[in-house]
Amino acid sequence: MSAPILSFQNVTFGYQRTRPILQKVSFELRPGRVTAILGPNGAGKTTLLYLALGWLSAWTGDIFLDGRPLRRHSRQERGRWLALVPQSEYTPFDYTVLEYVLMGRAPHLPPLGLPTGVDYEAALQALEQVGLAALAEHPVPQLSGGEHQLMLLARAIVQSPRLLLLDEPTAHLDLHNKSRIIEMMRNLRSRGVTLLMTNHEPDVVLAVADDVLLMEPGGPVHFGPLEQVFTAEALSRIYHLPIRLVDVEGHRQVQWT
Amino acid sequence: MPPAKGLHPALLKSHRRQQILFVLVIGVLLVAALSLLFGRYPAPGLISWRQLTSDELAARLVLNLRLPRLLTALLLGMTLSAAGMVFQLLFNNPLVEPGFLGVSQGAAFGAALAIVFLGGAALLTQASAAFFALAGLGFSYLLARRLRYGGWVLRLLLAGIAVSALFSAGLGLLKYLADPLSQLPEITFWLLGGLASITWGRFLTVLPVTLLGLLVMLIFRWRLNLLSLSEETAFSLGAAPGWERWLLILAAVLPTAALIAVSGMVGWVGLIMPHIARRLFDADARFSLPASMLLGGLFTMLCDDLARTLLAGEIPLGILTSLFGALIFLALMMFQKAKVKQ
Repeated sequence: MSAPILSFQNVTFGYQRTRPILQKVSFELRPGRVTAILGPNGAGKTTLLYLALGWLSAWTGDIFLDGRPLRRHSRQERGRWLALVPQSEYTPFDYTVLEYVLMGRAPHLPPLGLPTGVDYEAALQALEQVGLAALAEHPVPQLSGGEHQLMLLARAIVQSPRLLLLDEPTAHLDLHNKSRIIEMMRNLRSRGVTLLMTNHEPDVVLAVADDVLLMEPGGPVHFGPLEQVFTAEALSRIYHLPIRLVDVEGHRQVQWT
Repeated sequence: MPPAKGLHPALLKSHRRQQILFVLVIGVLLVAALSLLFGRYPAPGLISWRQLTSDELAARLVLNLRLPRLLTALLLGMTLSAAGMVFQLLFNNPLVEPGFLGVSQGAAFGAALAIVFLGGAALLTQASAAFFALAGLGFSYLLARRLRYGGWVLRLLLAGIAVSALFSAGLGLLKYLADPLSQLPEITFWLLGGLASITWGRFLTVLPVTLLGLLVMLIFRWRLNLLSLSEETAFSLGAAPGWERWLLILAAVLPTAALIAVSGMVGWVGLIMPHIARRLFDADARFSLPASMLLGGLFTMLCDDLARTLLAGEIPLGILTSLFGALIFLALMMFQKAKVKQ
C-alpha cells in the first residue's frame, strides 16, 4: 500500500476551550482515492477540512502532509499541495471568470510575481476541462450557481494540487450540474489526485467515494472503505432516522422517507 | 512590446491594458507640465517660456508655489484613489474609502482642535490632524479587537464607523466652542479641503510615507485580488491573509492620513476613482489599481487647476472633487459599458 498523503493522528480541536468538536481523530488518506466526510450539521466536517488545509491548528495531535508535519510546509508549498473548493464565495467585483481562475496560479508564482502566458494557458485549459471556456470573459457576479461552482473547481485545478479539499461541492446544484461535478471529481481521481469532500448527499457519496469518514457530534469517527462504513445501521445512528440501503438495478440507493 | 500572433483574446487584452496604462502615464505627465504653466499670473492662462525665463517673479512662482502644490495634488489624488481601491478589495465592499477607519474624522477633529485651542498655526494644525488621524485608526483597531460580533472585516468596519461618529461628535463640539468670527471659518475652510498653503517644506513632510505607501500598494497589486477573497481561500492560495492585509491597510492609511493632514477633507476621490478604474479596466487589480492611481492623480490635478484659476479667489478643492467626481461617476454609470464581446 502506498504511503498516505494526509494523515491525522489523535487530532483534537474545538472553537471554545471547554468544548472540543473533534476528539482524537485519526485517519490516513491514500493517494488517488476519494473520501467523503459524512455527518450531521455541527459534527465538524468543515472544521476537519480546514484543519487539513492548515487554516485551523489542532489543539493536540499531529497532521502530516506527505509524511511531513503540515505546519512545516511553507505557505507556497502548501498551496501547491492542497487546494480548496469552498462551499460558497462571494465577490461584488466584476472579475472575469478567467481573471478569477488565474488566481489559482498564485502558489506557483513568486510571492509578488504576476501571471504570464503560461499561467493564462493553464487557466484556459482548466476552464476548458470544466466546460466554461466560452465564459472566460464573463463577469463572475453574473454566473449561475452551477457555473460558479465549476469555476471554483477550475481555480483549484489550476493549482494542480495533489490533494483537493471540497466543502459540499454539490450543494444547491441541479441534477445536470451535480453530474458534471461528479464527472470532474472522477476525472481528477483518474489523474491521481486525492479528494477529500464533505457531502450531505448520499447519492453523490455512493457515486464517487472510495472511502468514507463518518462523524458524530462529539463522538468517534469511523473511517474505512465505502462498503464497510456506509451502512444502513451507521447512517441510521448518526442521522437518528430509519435509513435503508436498497439495490435498484445493481445501484445502491439510500431510502430515508 | 507587440504581442505575438495567435494569442488568446484575454492575453491580448492584458497587453492592450498595459499599453493604455502607459498612455495614461504620459497623459498625467503632460497635464502636470501644462498645469505648471497654467495660472493667473501674470495674466489668466498659460505662462509663456519667455516670461518664465525673463520674469524672475514668474519663475519663482512656478518653482516655489505651483510645483510643490501640483506635486501634492498629484500625490493626493494617486494616494486616495489607490488607497480607496485597496480598501474596497480588502473589505470586499465597493462602498468603503480610505478615510473610513476613523482616519478622516480623526484628522478633522485634530485640525479643529489645533485651530480652537492651539492657535492654529499651519504646521501645528497639520501635526494635530495627522496625529488624530492615526489615533482614529488605532482606536478602530483596538475597538475591533474587543467587539464580539462577526468576522474581523465586519468588526473593523463597525469599529471604524463608531470611531468616526465619536470624532464627528467631538468636531461638532469644537465648532460650537469656536470663535464664530475667526476660528469657525477656519475650521470650515479646512473641512472643505484645499492646497493653497502647500510649500516645499510641507510637501516634503508627506513625501516619504506617501511614496512608500504607493510603492507597497503597487507591488502587491495582483496579490490584492487574492486578499479580496475569503480568508480561508486566500490562505489556501498561499497568501498570509493576516499580515498581508495589515501591511496593505497601513500602506493605504498612513499616506492618506499624512496627506489629509495637509490638504483637509478632499472627498469622493477615494470612493469614485476605483469605481471608474474598474469600469474601464475590469476588477483585476493588476490593471485597475494603477489605473485608479493614475486617474485619481489626473483628476485631482485638474480639479486643483480649476480651484486656483477659475475665480480670482481660491475655490475649496473638496467642493470641486465632490462636484466633478459625482458627475463623472453618474455619467459612467448611466452609459452602457463598452466591452469587448466575444
